[in-house]
Amino acid sequence: MKRNESVLGVVVTLAVAMLVLFGTCGGALAEYPESPVSLVVAYSPGGATDFQARIVTMMAAKEEYLGQPIVIINKPGAGGQVGWNWCVQKGTRDGYTMLAYNVPHFIAQSIVFRTKYNIRKFEPVANWGADPAVLIVPKDSPFNSVADLLAYARKNPGKVTMTGAGLYVGHHIAFLQFAKATGVKLTYIPEKGGVPAMQSVVAGKVKAGFNNLSDAYRNRERLKILAVADLQRHAFLPDVKTFKEMGIAVDDSSVNFRGVAFPAGVPQEVIAKAADVFPRMFKDKKTLKKMKASGSPVRVMSREQVKAMWQEREQYLKGLLKGLRKR
Amino acid sequence: MGEFLQYFPEALTFVNLLTLVLGVIGGLILGATPGLSPTMAVALLVPFTFHMEPATGLILLGAVYTATVAGGAISAILINIPGAPANIATLLDGHPMAKQGKSQTALYFCFISSLVGGLFGMLIMVLFTPPLAKIALRFGPSEMFWIAIFGISVMAGLSSGSIIKGLIGGMFGLLISTIGYSPLLGTPRFVFLDVLTGGVAIVPALIGLFAIPQVFSLVETLGRRIERPDFKPEKGVLLRTIVENLKMVKTLGIGSITGSIIGIIPGAGGQVAGLIAYDQVRKFSRKPESFGKGNPQGVAAAESANNAMVGPSLIPLLTLSVPGSPTAAVLLGGLLIHGLFPGPDLFLNNAQVTYTFIASLVLAQVAMCVFGIAMSRYSYMVMSVPNLFMIAAVTVLAVFGTYSVQNSFDDVIVMFALGTLMYIGRKFGFSPAPVVLGIILGPIAEDNYLKGKLIAETDVGVFSYFFTGAMNIIIILLCAASIGYSIYGEIKAYRKAKEGGI
Repeated sequence: MKRNESVLGVVVTLAVAMLVLFGTCGGALAEYPESPVSLVVAYSPGGATDFQARIVTMMAAKEEYLGQPIVIINKPGAGGQVGWNWCVQKGTRDGYTMLAYNVPHFIAQSIVFRTKYNIRKFEPVANWGADPAVLIVPKDSPFNSVADLLAYARKNPGKVTMTGAGLYVGHHIAFLQFAKATGVKLTYIPEKGGVPAMQSVVAGKVKAGFNNLSDAYRNRERLKILAVADLQRHAFLPDVKTFKEMGIAVDDSSVNFRGVAFPAGVPQEVIAKAADVFPRMFKDKKTLKKMKASGSPVRVMSREQVKAMWQEREQYLKGLLKGLRKR
Repeated sequence: MGEFLQYFPEALTFVNLLTLVLGVIGGLILGATPGLSPTMAVALLVPFTFHMEPATGLILLGAVYTATVAGGAISAILINIPGAPANIATLLDGHPMAKQGKSQTALYFCFISSLVGGLFGMLIMVLFTPPLAKIALRFGPSEMFWIAIFGISVMAGLSSGSIIKGLIGGMFGLLISTIGYSPLLGTPRFVFLDVLTGGVAIVPALIGLFAIPQVFSLVETLGRRIERPDFKPEKGVLLRTIVENLKMVKTLGIGSITGSIIGIIPGAGGQVAGLIAYDQVRKFSRKPESFGKGNPQGVAAAESANNAMVGPSLIPLLTLSVPGSPTAAVLLGGLLIHGLFPGPDLFLNNAQVTYTFIASLVLAQVAMCVFGIAMSRYSYMVMSVPNLFMIAAVTVLAVFGTYSVQNSFDDVIVMFALGTLMYIGRKFGFSPAPVVLGIILGPIAEDNYLKGKLIAETDVGVFSYFFTGAMNIIIILLCAASIGYSIYGEIKAYRKAKEGGI
């Protein structure tokens, strides 16, 4: 009997998979939502943002939440700019186009580049995760503490190479803050994503790097984790000190917040409904279990909390990134 | 190896086998659809494994991965559109064979070579995982830069006809690859239109360059009456093909070894494995001029290489959590979701699931070959479709495939623009393969050169960073040999032509 059930499960799952591959969406507004909702992810399938977005939205079709499934649409390119620009320019304003945001990425990009979006062009709904940046060095590195690294960097200006997941992402912000706070000259090497950035450090191709706490935690056997760029220590790594504890002025501005938002212009009642449903959905037991199993740090925040966080970040980043604007 | 055999029967439960078979059949169909590359197919299926047992879910992903890699060859051979970048080299000889009425034979060659290459790759993975994982980590920016240059050195050989035209095409591809944001500085380059903000993605370019000129050429033939070969199912070719194929020891060997080596290198991916193997086989062949005109060895080389890549590309993924190919990167997500954190302890803590997964990959290779051959029997039907319908079908597939990559209509515009240019280019004797190679390798070369330069300047200096170290020197020598051999071949062909003329 059990066997039959699992056979059926596989068949049904495959059938649904095929349906979604050629899936459709659309619909008018009556009791929102009447049809599946699209969530635009501005990164490629398989990346951390995509993969977490798929976990946190998997319960959406349940009656107590949206009652409709959420379909992930990947629009990668130019570090997220292609997907986010698309949402502002071409996304529908009926509540059926949502987007997954990454702070500080999109805010920093809106300051440095001529993007179609900024914090006023998006309506936050809820935040699902927060992943702080950590300072890592290879396992066999001579640096055993931030002080060792700084002492070397002071004697050899510019000779400490550090990788991160790209330009104007959380890791880069952490790097800029660290360099500014210590007044030391360091060299930043942007990689195409967190995984290759981690790889360069593990293989000893560079001297250090900033990377996601969750990924560093998974690779902790092959790395030394020197510090956390957050206000308090993290439950995953209770022994690793924050920069603040060491007296270095690096706060939580580089923490990578992930959540969902609408493009601005969506009716208020739709926003209100979503803002009520999403935080509850993110806290679903099954969702939390999957997030935990995959080592993805959760931090659920309400619409109001996200709004305040965005404003605070923009204020700070404008100061930090002054003089870096392109075009 | 002992543990592998111990856990092998775990893959043989009813549910797992059913998943495997469905995954393989689905994968062959998905792979044959242009634009739905292995990476896409696996990424789209990951969420559906949420609700499965870890082993069953991973078997599904592994089966789809294996089958899509081989399935891409079906459309390459039958309609001259590579199902995924990995199948470019398959089309160079596969499609000419199909046009001669030998589509079924070509597909048999393709699936049998895939099986040989695939099993070779899996064997390498099962036997040599720990030492090879260490080698994978040695590839840094300088080594990756030289690998890209090695790939570029293959360009000249890919153009049927003139070397100069191959190089011009390759250069054009390299230039196209610079459109978009600079990877290191974030400066927008050549973004004259909004549609170009994200740069030119590989798959839309691939479809445009191969499919659109094809459509236009078919349109040209519409008004004319042309002699068409009568396509019939070929009888009794299976056994003959198997024997003939397995006799190509040298070709299959070069293909499998090249594919395995490239699979281990993180980031190079299977996209270039087929092309590099094809070029090597042609260089070692006694009749290099027969390639590109329907030589089955070309199909065997390309397919054994891109399937041999599958196993080794999982080595750095499973042991170091460093994916060896874009598809392996997506598989990483699939592993994490089931709480399997790749790393040296994966084989210790989760031996059962891990080895079941590996065993299913081996079985998937066999299933892929069996079902692929069964499907090949009907391939003559595709070849006998009237041109009018073919034009419509290929156009629809091209638009659908391009759009589905990033859900972007901009890509469709880019695809048609490149396709139209290529159609004109073809009239002047340019071929699409070097252009695609340029688009694939340009970013690898540029990005790694700039990164390497940044690191080198803080350290030993640019020259010694790129030109010292055993790995660098080996790859540089390979580049020199590859270019040297191309020049030698050209001189020989020129002399021959001259003698023939007198």
